[in-house]
Amino acid sequence: MDKILAYITGTQLWKAFFRHGYPDTPRNRTLAVLSNVVLHLHPVKVRRSGIRLSYTWCMGGLTFFLFLVETITGLLLMFYYRPTAELAYQDIVALREHVPIGVMREVHRWAAHLMVISVWLHMYRVFLTGSYKPPREFNWNVGVILLVVTLLLSFTGYLLPWDQLAVWAITVGTNMARATPFIGHEGPGAALISIGGLDFIHAGDDVRFGLLGGRFVGDAAILRFYVLHCLGFPLVAAGLMAVHFWRVRKDGGISGPL
Amino acid sequence: MAKTTETVDKGAEARNAPGADAPVPVLERAPLRGEISRRGFFGVLGAAWATFTAAVVGGTLTMGRFMFPNVLYEPPQEFKAGFPDEFVVDNVDTRYKASHGVWIIRESTGFYVLSTVCTHLGCTPNWLASDEKFKCPCHGSGFVKTGINVEGPAPRPLERYKVTFAEDGQLLIDKNTKFQEEKGQWTMEGAYLPYNG
Repeated sequence: MDKILAYITGTQLWKAFFRHGYPDTPRNRTLAVLSNVVLHLHPVKVRRSGIRLSYTWCMGGLTFFLFLVETITGLLLMFYYRPTAELAYQDIVALREHVPIGVMREVHRWAAHLMVISVWLHMYRVFLTGSYKPPREFNWNVGVILLVVTLLLSFTGYLLPWDQLAVWAITVGTNMARATPFIGHEGPGAALISIGGLDFIHAGDDVRFGLLGGRFVGDAAILRFYVLHCLGFPLVAAGLMAVHFWRVRKDGGISGPL
Repeated sequence: MAKTTETVDKGAEARNAPGADAPVPVLERAPLRGEISRRGFFGVLGAAWATFTAAVVGGTLTMGRFMFPNVLYEPPQEFKAGFPDEFVVDNVDTRYKASHGVWIIRESTGFYVLSTVCTHLGCTPNWLASDEKFKCPCHGSGFVKTGINVEGPAPRPLERYKVTFAEDGQLLIDKNTKFQEEKGQWTMEGAYLPYNG
């Protein structure tokens, strides 16, 4: 058996995949992590306190796991969902009635709820353990932006089933946006940005119009929210998560002493 | 005495030599293509940074402008609502509430058209004939028959749409033009259509 293993791990094919030796030596253990593009964002070694659940709650890790679940289930849903006012609702019904498994949409929704919960619990844990204190203040702020991105992902995804709940929730939400100071046409300050009666911020070019791509929640809105939900915000979240994880390492490691 | 107090200034000769405090020495050969002098470097660097900044800012603004479409694929906002005598006097007509989002109210002296968009956060109120008011199911905003807000969180009255007569005598409702009471626009032309038939 050992001879077979020795032969396999000596082939050029094996060496092309794994750029480190096979025997279990400290050097090979280190290289197994460092020479891997996915794994090397993590440290080779962690402190024992880093895996104590009573210290970390593992909520940050759970959030990332749920993000991956969302990405994969979301990708699968995209094969059957068409983002138009005419087809969206029936495609969601079809995902339940006509597509195998039948609960893919529900799994996507449950993971979304859980991700929001785990993000808040993670924030709570970081606060309780004082892991926002210097030098970790920057990473706390990155985390807050990630929280906002998570909530925006929930908001944009909410519209996509195009049912009564979705349409009116987004109507109300974007109507709140039009009351924003300066950038909303019904907000304070918008009337000030005008020259000789010509309003620069009006119903046709304020932030609500940019969000909806139109004057009311219609086809343009569902397409915009779909693109933001599937590509825009996930890309932003992925980039910020890379920064977030990197800063954890740089600032002293997870669950490390202050 | 003069000799012992005389200090030796070793650098005087070099400093006072002719041309020693002249500016940057002049090249004695033709400059190479793309060569920048030391003095000119900061000018070029500044120009390069300014160009780069302008390009990035310009690109970002262009991307932002891209997000605001010039043409909207929305249903037509102008429609004919029928002949004036089809409407009962002192009645709130709901026949176009679902399809076009308007209530048509005929008084003894004429017509006005109310928008079905609640001025609080955009839900659709319902006309309660027994209570003689519009009541919004979302947050309880209440409006009287004229559209004035009387209860709940609505901050201002319902909006009116422009109503005129089409060439064939039917009511022509134009949702592109709206009149807001709180701006004093209900007295403007088009907010009320006089009709005594």
